[in-house]
Amino acid sequence: MSALILLLGVSFIVSVGFLIVCISAIKNGQYEDDYTPSVRILFEDKPMPKQPLQQQSDNSTNEHK
Amino acid sequence: MEITELKTSCYHCGLNCEEEIIHFDNKVFCCNGCKVVYSIVAENNLCEYYTISNNPGVSQRVHQTSTKFSVLNSPEVKQKLICFTDREQTHVVFSLPQIHCSSCIWLLENLHKINDGIISSRVDFTAKKIYIIYKEKELTLEQLAFLCNNIGYEPHINLNDITDTKIQKIDKGLILKLGIAGFCFANSMMLSFPEYFSNGSIELPLLKNVFNALNFTLGTLAFIYPASEFHLSACKSLKKKIINIDAPIVLALIITYTRSLYEILSGSGVGYMDALTGIIFFMLTGRYLQMYTHKRLSFERDYKSYFPIAVTVKRATAEENIPVLNLKPGDRMIIRNNELIPADAILFYGDANIDYSFVTGEAALVKKSIGELVYAGGKQYGAAIELEVIKEVSNSDLTQLWNKEVFKNNQDKKLSFIHGLSKYFSIVLLTLVGTVAIYWAFNDSTRILNSITAMLIIACPCSLLLSATFTNGSILRILRRNHFYLKNATVLESLAEVDTIVFDKTGTITHNGEMKISFEDHTLDEIQIQLVKSVASQSTHPVSKAIFNHYKGIKSLRVEHFNEIIGAGISGKVAGNHIKIGSETFVGATQPQNYESTSVFVSINNQIIGYYHLSNQYRKGLNYLITNLKNKNYHLALISGDNDAEQLRLENIFGKNVRLFFNQTPENKLDFIKSLQDEGKKVLMLGDGLNDAGALKQSNVGIAISDDINNFSPACDVILDGKYLVKLGDYIRFAKIGKNIIWGSFIISLIYNLVGLFFAVQGLLAPVIAAILMPSMSISIILFTTGFSFLFAKIFRL
Repeated sequence: MSALILLLGVSFIVSVGFLIVCISAIKNGQYEDDYTPSVRILFEDKPMPKQPLQQQSDNSTNEHK
Repeated sequence: MEITELKTSCYHCGLNCEEEIIHFDNKVFCCNGCKVVYSIVAENNLCEYYTISNNPGVSQRVHQTSTKFSVLNSPEVKQKLICFTDREQTHVVFSLPQIHCSSCIWLLENLHKINDGIISSRVDFTAKKIYIIYKEKELTLEQLAFLCNNIGYEPHINLNDITDTKIQKIDKGLILKLGIAGFCFANSMMLSFPEYFSNGSIELPLLKNVFNALNFTLGTLAFIYPASEFHLSACKSLKKKIINIDAPIVLALIITYTRSLYEILSGSGVGYMDALTGIIFFMLTGRYLQMYTHKRLSFERDYKSYFPIAVTVKRATAEENIPVLNLKPGDRMIIRNNELIPADAILFYGDANIDYSFVTGEAALVKKSIGELVYAGGKQYGAAIELEVIKEVSNSDLTQLWNKEVFKNNQDKKLSFIHGLSKYFSIVLLTLVGTVAIYWAFNDSTRILNSITAMLIIACPCSLLLSATFTNGSILRILRRNHFYLKNATVLESLAEVDTIVFDKTGTITHNGEMKISFEDHTLDEIQIQLVKSVASQSTHPVSKAIFNHYKGIKSLRVEHFNEIIGAGISGKVAGNHIKIGSETFVGATQPQNYESTSVFVSINNQIIGYYHLSNQYRKGLNYLITNLKNKNYHLALISGDNDAEQLRLENIFGKNVRLFFNQTPENKLDFIKSLQDEGKKVLMLGDGLNDAGALKQSNVGIAISDDINNFSPACDVILDGKYLVKLGDYIRFAKIGKNIIWGSFIISLIYNLVGLFFAVQGLLAPVIAAILMPSMSISIILFTTGFSFLFAKIFRL
């Protein structure tokens, strides 16, 4: 039965951990804007995105022909 | 390399290139503005902007460069806009209503690539705001505003930003409380399982003590912090000597908590901590759903949101931009084209053509001569004018409206019916408790305390609160989905009680800025149309624009000797022909028989060929809406600040027995609503502009109609997208259904309560019964209310 108490303690500590994460997320303002981050995460950081992209698309159209 | 499919639509904004086609860098642009924005973006290697969404840009056709950012140099204004600054960094928030797609976010968050002075920027898409961190040493606030303006996002800065900024936000504390309550509920429930399954007797004392101790901690935590939402609200209302629904709920919470405390400490039982935390969690969830309002919308706007922050004032030595609130009588202000006059003033110099549509709803320009009084709220059209201020901004004729009584009490007009219901509920419950107490006093006095506390625990009015909050929450959500945005849940009840509906005319039942145009007397052949359109294309006057937009798909030609005489008309030479468009005296025509003030004459080579008749364009489905509302026995009325030119048409739509009022001032409108209310009517007012602000505030439900809900609308209870005005009847009907759903779910919860009371009166309420009854009741209520709300939404096709 003492194993049960140990497990209980562990599970409780884990849940307290999640509670702390939740509170810090609220305090950080993560619930204030719930849309923009979902868009932002899809942006890529490319050094020169324009030229290589155009060439690629040109190549692909040629292949199709 | 040729991109054929983009030939007709602008690479930047995606609009059709009807007028001019500008080729630049192998791309096509509809106007010079779009091209300029593209060149800035391309210069800084930010063309990814155009790959994230198709044609993400904001059209620059009607964009004007303005001088108004210079006010951002004044230290007073600066201090109010900047949220934080040290020697290195400055943080500022701009409101950019143009943000509409993911490309916008991308470009605006890459501002630092355009200018090195910018450290970083973050967009809040739903709030349409940008947070910029920049180095003030390298970049002034004015330059920053210009930078945003140059890439097509003009910062919107108004008087409201620099006066008291109380931004309506969803309460952070409520989410926090909800999180903690959820944590307490889940853990407490889990820790109570052994208790339920072991039939109330755990063999091992150590284990039992650990369970009890943890349950005690969780229960106490939930009772102190998350439940403070209810404690505080109950205290507040008791101080005002009103018993709202939170008072009996708090009483039940206290009894549950103390009894559990007693049982745990005395070792006589395990208490009802799981049921307690559960009910707190569910009630908070309901409250959260009900309070969730649209972040972008503000329901508390007054004239300050419409007024500019600064105005140019002529001093002895130079011109100076000062905040409008600092305007003093005697100041000489300069108002340029399209600028708003912020205070009552006397015209001192220049040709004043004032557009008062903002205040009166009347579209025609008003001409003023030197020495005449010009009221605040008008927009100057034409060259700059000079005016001498005679009253401060807050004392002007227009702003006086906000000093009236209606605007002073910000209290919610009424309490929801559930508060009254909870009173009866509590009285019945307390009588029952008294009877049971007397019964046990005579039969078995040891069971008194046990049974009455159990009764109070099981039959608290939380079910009533849950029914109301969850129903309101889902109804608000459904209406929001239908572009009908309510300020809060109390509006739903007022909406259901409405019996009189008052309409404003301009902008409410008509399209703003859109005019129905027809050419009378004669018909124009294609060449003539081309000539007229070419001249009209040169002017930004609303009538010229209407004529221009009337002929789609016709190319305009080059215009020579273009001349615009404000208040009279426009003229020009196209392909050797003299074209004149304007008033009858300007063109030299005689008045036709059915002449109205909104007629515009056309002459080609001094020969009058006819006139345009301009009339308001009513919203689609208006006839249907009016008959629909009449069939449901609503009293209707129309009150307009405009003249009675359209009276006949309106009589056809509204019918003879509907009262129509014209030439009404904002105050007349307010008084009319008041007189209806004095007759005992519940009035719903539909309006759109500042001139309706008083009436909207006075009415039981004020609905602001807006063609773009992100635009500014005056203080109101509901913001409705103009396209959906026709469904108003359905929305009201749906709001009425809400009350029935609340009653239905209340009856369900009463059944649960009766089952619980059956055990409680005998003093036999085992914690396990409470633990089963309370959450299952909450869940049944949630399922019932949301289920029926969505079912009715489906039936009503909402």
